[in-house]
Amino acid sequence: MAPGSAPKRVLTAAANPAPALQSAGASGATEVKPDSAKMQVSALRSGTVIDHLGPATSFKALKILGVGADATVLIGVNLDSSKLRKKDILKIEGRELTDAEMNKVALLSPQATFSLIRDFKVVRKFRPTLPDQVEGLIRCLNPACITQDPRVTGRFHVVTKAPLKLRCHFCERSLHENEIEFA
Amino acid sequence: MKKNPLLGRDVISMRDFGPAEIRAILDRCRAFEKKTKPLLGGKVLANLFFEPSTRTRLSFDAAMKRLGGATIGFADAISTSISKGESLWDTIRVAEGYCDVMVIRHPAEGSARLAAEATKLPVINGGDGSNQHPTQTLLDLYTLRQRCGRIEGLKVAFVGDLKYGRTVHSLIRSLSHFDARLWLVSPPTLRLPDDFLADLRETGTEHHIVDELAAVPADVDVLYLTRIQKERFADAIEYERVRNAWQVTPDNVARFGPKVTLMHPLPRVTEVHAALDQHPGAAWFDQAHNGVVVRQAILALCLGAA
Repeated sequence: MAPGSAPKRVLTAAANPAPALQSAGASGATEVKPDSAKMQVSALRSGTVIDHLGPATSFKALKILGVGADATVLIGVNLDSSKLRKKDILKIEGRELTDAEMNKVALLSPQATFSLIRDFKVVRKFRPTLPDQVEGLIRCLNPACITQDPRVTGRFHVVTKAPLKLRCHFCERSLHENEIEFA
Repeated sequence: MKKNPLLGRDVISMRDFGPAEIRAILDRCRAFEKKTKPLLGGKVLANLFFEPSTRTRLSFDAAMKRLGGATIGFADAISTSISKGESLWDTIRVAEGYCDVMVIRHPAEGSARLAAEATKLPVINGGDGSNQHPTQTLLDLYTLRQRCGRIEGLKVAFVGDLKYGRTVHSLIRSLSHFDARLWLVSPPTLRLPDDFLADLRETGTEHHIVDELAAVPADVDVLYLTRIQKERFADAIEYERVRNAWQVTPDNVARFGPKVTLMHPLPRVTEVHAALDQHPGAAWFDQAHNGVVVRQAILALCLGAA
């Protein structure tokens, strides 16, 4: 490593070989391409890996999934990502998420991808697709909306998927990705 | 016979109607300017008004009776089982056994949509909070067509409270189907909400946000005036200041000439000078009277009688 060139932190998952250091050319300095940055965590025996979560959304995802303080969870926050520039990763030990749960996370972070793991092997990959309509999952923020009556179930239409924009079926108010509150 | 644009449908939001359907509804209204046959003899309209209304309730009442039908209903929620904790859903399910069509006004936004899902009968939204008031929008468009000869390509300035007025929101959204050019004139605190501005950008509707009537070009076709509501201001002095600064008078509309159409959904307080009633473009009482014609057409179409 050339003097004055700060080492870039390289995180790799234990299951993957560490990426080779790349030559920086004539200067002789070495660095790692950002694309090869990986989170260095132990592999999951069984459970769910959620990748490509939006940056700083992992704690919100845990909350909406109801993952409690006693669960074994590995969290990566604001990791470099070639796709998203920054992303979060979650590895939840011992729990395979249902499709409904994965779709719920997709509302928080539409580009998230899911891998279900059993005995260290990926048994299913899931890329959720946002439905045209979402019922019962999200709260309307409009205090005058009829859905503030607990007897009425909230319902939203997906107006745009990227960026995510929803519209309340009842009061017609728009809801943007960063405003979503889960019921 | 042209296709009935409202057969088997509810009238909940102007979002539900495209430009061709709006034109088709307005085309059907004209026939109701004259006395018609009792098209709705034996039919019953339930006027379910959970909050006060003068023009909407009375004009629906008059419209139904002019068509030979009968009306039932209530004018506030206090006299109903809602005050005992009954859900809106149950109230609608009960009322559907008493009538053929319902009009609902309710303070909760989205209430009319919920009511429409509770019953197989046609439901007409008579105003749900500050969300939608589609029959007001249709009567405004009808009046515009009467006065200007068209609803396409109009230059319209909306003046006053653009933040809370559902009438303004529905009409702006509908005009965006018809190549309107809009001037949005309001105090900074009462500007059109971002949601509606985003819709205007998405539809490519030309619009200008301005702070005073003087910034509106003299060749606009329509000035749509609204009431600045006292209850929207925490500070009474601020309300007085805004109210006085936003009064429209014969002097400040003179530069628009006699051909400009002046509209107001009523009720008005002090925002329109009384002398403007003599202006040839003053259309507010036409709007109120057209309410009966347009609502007759809507009732007859919803019940498949026109």
